[in-house]
Amino acid sequence: MTTTSDITRSIDARGMPCPGPLMALIGAIREGSVGDTIEVISSDEGSKTDIPAWVSKAGHRLAEVDQQDGFARFVIEKAR
Amino acid sequence: MSEDDAVSVVLFSGTDDKLGAAAILIAGAAAMGRKVTILVQYWALDAFRADRILKDHGAAQEAGAEGRAAMERQGGQHWSETLRQAKELGDVSVHACSHSMEMLGLVMEDLDPLVDGQEGVASFFLEATGSPTFV
Repeated sequence: MTTTSDITRSIDARGMPCPGPLMALIGAIREGSVGDTIEVISSDEGSKTDIPAWVSKAGHRLAEVDQQDGFARFVIEKAR
Repeated sequence: MSEDDAVSVVLFSGTDDKLGAAAILIAGAAAMGRKVTILVQYWALDAFRADRILKDHGAAQEAGAEGRAAMERQGGQHWSETLRQAKELGDVSVHACSHSMEMLGLVMEDLDPLVDGQEGVASFFLEATGSPTFV
């Protein structure tokens, strides 16, 4: 489990419809630096497949997926 | 990137539901690294007019009152904003169909800056590869 202190930036995208949470993540990755850890909290079901798909395609690292009641928390490490 | 990875989209319909669905599709393609070439025709082009882009363009007939209510409930950002994000994050170009421009009496200055230029269908197919998705 990634602790709060490891998170560079946290995005609460709950309530945002698809593809909003993914777009917010892409924006944060672009603005960040290599090694940054970005947390995205999403209630959009599409994020469950879209965020891992994009992270893999874009060559970053999905450090954690934490399914909660009504939302999921994704932790992504900017790898390049 | 191979040619097969490119996506081409023809926007024809001018209602917010169809433009919204298309914008999501385009943003997803751009996010996944696909090149997207878009041709905007007819009522979709009318919806891209700078002075009208944010106005209510309604929904297709099949949406009905219930469908419209569902769209309103979900809210979310305007399709033009989704398209703007798609252009920011990937290789996405938007071309106004010159035939429709003439029909609607429009010049480039009348259109939202999302539209990169005006062209005929032949030049669209010169740039676009694969079968176009028609919305």
